[in-house]
Amino acid sequence: MRVRVQADPFDLGAEANAFVARQKGAQAGAIVTFTGIVRDIADGLDVMEIEHYPGMTERALDAIIDQAHQRWPLADAFVLHRYGRMHADEAIMMVATAARHRKDAFEAAEFLMDYLKSRAPFWKKEHSAQNAAWVAAREEDETALNRWSD
Amino acid sequence: MIEVLYFAWVRERIGTPRETVETDAETVQALVDQLRAREPRYAAAFQDLSALRVAVDQELTDFTAPLAGAREVAFFPPMTGG
Repeated sequence: MRVRVQADPFDLGAEANAFVARQKGAQAGAIVTFTGIVRDIADGLDVMEIEHYPGMTERALDAIIDQAHQRWPLADAFVLHRYGRMHADEAIMMVATAARHRKDAFEAAEFLMDYLKSRAPFWKKEHSAQNAAWVAAREEDETALNRWSD
Repeated sequence: MIEVLYFAWVRERIGTPRETVETDAETVQALVDQLRAREPRYAAAFQDLSALRVAVDQELTDFTAPLAGAREVAFFPPMTGG
């Protein structure tokens, strides 16, 4: 499985171990994992709500993983992303990459992160006791994509 | 007939997550113009297209995209995953 989209919390250790275990025999000398965590906000985060576009989300993540495989000699890549309601300090998402050498694994993980941030259909809304606001897309997230466009 | 979906603040502004629209619009832009003409809540949601993104049949595209054969169009703000 390359993509998983779920509401439930996930166990990072269990996911990372499962990813390592499935590389057996693949000569993957380098495994990189990245995890995104819900940050608190200035006036105190009650709940972070993530909306997504069922159907397109899975397709978009799958297409981004395809691109990563075309650009780097990866043994494997995996993206897990949550939706629904979560609290500060909970894990939102993770990516994992496996390659023969670490440079490919690191770069592919960064590429997956850069692309899924602004090309996979997720939207964050931060709820505090006083307020609820959709998170605005950041200019630097868009410019982060440029470094991959060669 | 086309399924039109709205996400995040676009959904909140229009007041529904999806609706079936009877349209002869040939492009996304033409569909937007028809929706804008319906009611103020649509005009408000589609006021600034530079703040919006569009997908046709679950593929990200732009407002000049043709709608021939399309089953589903979605409007939403720039994505904020990760």
